Amino acid sequence: MSADVQLHDVWIRFGEFVAAREANIHIREGEFFSFLGPSGCGKTTLLRAVSGFLEPSRGRVLIGGRDMAGIGPNKRPTALIFQNLALFPLMTVWENITFALEVRGAGKAARRKKADELLELIALPGQGEKMVSELSGGQRQRVAIARALAAEPDVLLLDEPLSALDLKLRQHMRTELRAIQQRVGITFIYITHDQGEALTMSDHVAVMSQGVIEQVGDGNTIYNRPESAFVASFVGENNLFSGAVAEAGEEYVTVDTPAGRLRARHARRNGKGQLAAGEPAFVFVRPESLKFAGAAASSESARPLGNRISARIHQQEFEGNLWQVFCGVEGSDKPVKLSMVNDGESIGHAPGEEVTLGFNADLTVALPQGELAAE
Amino acid sequence: MTAYWHNFFRKHGAALSVFLLASVGFWIFMMIILPQAFMLDFSLRANVPPPKWGTDAHHYTAEHYRYMLYGSAQSTDSYNFVDLSVFARTILAAIFVTLIDLALCYPVAYYLAHAATGGWRRLMVLSLIVPFWVNELLRAFAFKIMFGSNGIINNALMWAGAIDQPYDFIRNSVALYSGLSYAYILLMIFPIYNAVESLDRNQIEAARDLGSPWWRIHKRVVIPHAKPGITSGCTMVFMLTAGALAAPQILGGPSSLWFTQIIYQAFNQAGNWARGSAYAIILLIVCILFVLFMMRVFKVKLGEIAR
Ligand SMILES: Nc1ncnc2c1ncn2[C@@H]1O[C@H](COP(=O)(O)OP(=O)(O)O)[C@@H](O)[C@H]1O
Ligand SMILES: [Mg+2]
Repeated sequence: MSADVQLHDVWIRFGEFVAAREANIHIREGEFFSFLGPSGCGKTTLLRAVSGFLEPSRGRVLIGGRDMAGIGPNKRPTALIFQNLALFPLMTVWENITFALEVRGAGKAARRKKADELLELIALPGQGEKMVSELSGGQRQRVAIARALAAEPDVLLLDEPLSALDLKLRQHMRTELRAIQQRVGITFIYITHDQGEALTMSDHVAVMSQGVIEQVGDGNTIYNRPESAFVASFVGENNLFSGAVAEAGEEYVTVDTPAGRLRARHARRNGKGQLAAGEPAFVFVRPESLKFAGAAASSESARPLGNRISARIHQQEFEGNLWQVFCGVEGSDKPVKLSMVNDGESIGHAPGEEVTLGFNADLTVALPQGELAAE
Repeated sequence: MTAYWHNFFRKHGAALSVFLLASVGFWIFMMIILPQAFMLDFSLRANVPPPKWGTDAHHYTAEHYRYMLYGSAQSTDSYNFVDLSVFARTILAAIFVTLIDLALCYPVAYYLAHAATGGWRRLMVLSLIVPFWVNELLRAFAFKIMFGSNGIINNALMWAGAIDQPYDFIRNSVALYSGLSYAYILLMIFPIYNAVESLDRNQIEAARDLGSPWWRIHKRVVIPHAKPGITSGCTMVFMLTAGALAAPQILGGPSSLWFTQIIYQAFNQAGNWARGSAYAIILLIVCILFVLFMMRVFKVKLGEIAR
């Protein structure tokens, strides 16, 4: 079975410190939902409120429509995979996996059978007699998943479970986790500070900063339609121009920046535009949306390069599939970055050269100035 | 091995290395091996007054060990029920005291390690330690007064109407067991505390999250982890209780003799050092064997205790 999870106006305080404020989220049943945010933003805290290890200071947590107030973690239909896995080192792998069944009084034969099934699911058949310490990092990871699944939870909660693995294994486990989720069909709530993980695996992502949920949406929306400066700067790479709004229309705004007047989409939040003329604003444009606006280049481009800025090339890096070009632009202390797919030709410019960069207004977004993600 | 010593010397320098080795060697030899070797030697010789030590009369014999069993140096007709029963009772009482301490200290140690925070914890640890600044004799006498027929406990019970005659806590060994249990309580709490504290809190939470009630968390997660600490606490309390002298002397009832008191009498009243040594060696060996046996039963290795 699977269940939905709702947070209604959840606040969590530790003394004076507010670790989560005004969280309102509806996680649908059977979906893969991620909380994405930098370390210390309150992700674990929210997850602990769902699993029952702490009660919200205010607000309600509903699982499958049932109010969870006063229900302890051992009574909730959730299972939590801890950041450090917290496997039981003094038990064998199969005893670990079937601990939840042991608690419910299942006989040894039934437990062995279930253990074998789950070992099959996590691709570790026949490893039940080993001790946890004899397994590799990735294998432990899977045992932790199996142990949680054995409890047959309606909602599986995962607290940065891949953070201890090396890059390659992490990428492999992403695919595997997603596959397991689709096979068992229960709701997964996944916590991570790694945007790659969140975007590749999730149906929906909630981006968090300092205890506040900044935006909820699918990966595409989060990446292409950020609703706050934090989300724009935290998810993916973005070039930033800071300035003041000259004109604010329904769809587009123009912003005066030291690099020139830029036209950008007017980012909406809850259906309303967020900017008015005269207000300070940030303009974001992704490296892959920047083009060299030479005479030849502009005619090939599918979208008109409405915005133009002059820049001087500082440096270019070759990454195989991509060229990364770093340019100095008037008024930006950080180099502006341009990414170009390597089509076998040289990029046609050299460091030190003065160039014009162009970008389309639809791929540019203007947002109210606010907190930015730390580099 | 050579590599180890080579390393040891390089790490600490020649002077410090020699000092460390010499002092540890001195400690082991002078304080542990030598006295026990003397005891063992004494226990295996005839009982003669000091002037005859070293003469032919001071010959080797196993008579004192035989005496412990049969109550006589020559005949083997009947067993030495007096000494044997005191011995058995001492061992059983030490086991009992150990179990009481374990039952009292495990919850306290667990609470200190995983529930108490900041100021509370420090206060609790202090209130456990400070009473032990009072010396052992004074503490035993305080217990004697407390449990006496006119003591605070009897007075309180009579005032509350629970009893109308003073209860003889001394004769019924309640005072003795209480005194002994209290005397070694820290030796039980701290090893368990250390062991429990090193347990990752997430493991407790993981067990709870998987639906486990509190008692199963202890049975399956906390106690297995704390086993070395529990063993070392139990070993120390058992050994020290079985070897205690002051508390049984002061708090023991007229009829309840502790085996150490028999040893004491042999040395000091009967002037029979040989028998005293033999009895002390028997106590030591039986205690060690018992502890090793229990460690075997509970599958604890000697190395784990030292962690
Ligand atoms: N029990 C607690 N008492 C006080 N502060 C806490 C407690 N738990 C977490 N915090 C604080 O709440 C903030 C969010 O923590 P956490 O949820 O663990 O962040 P994340 O998982 O996103 O890295 C941190 O600043 C942390 O110091
Ligand atoms: Mg965390």
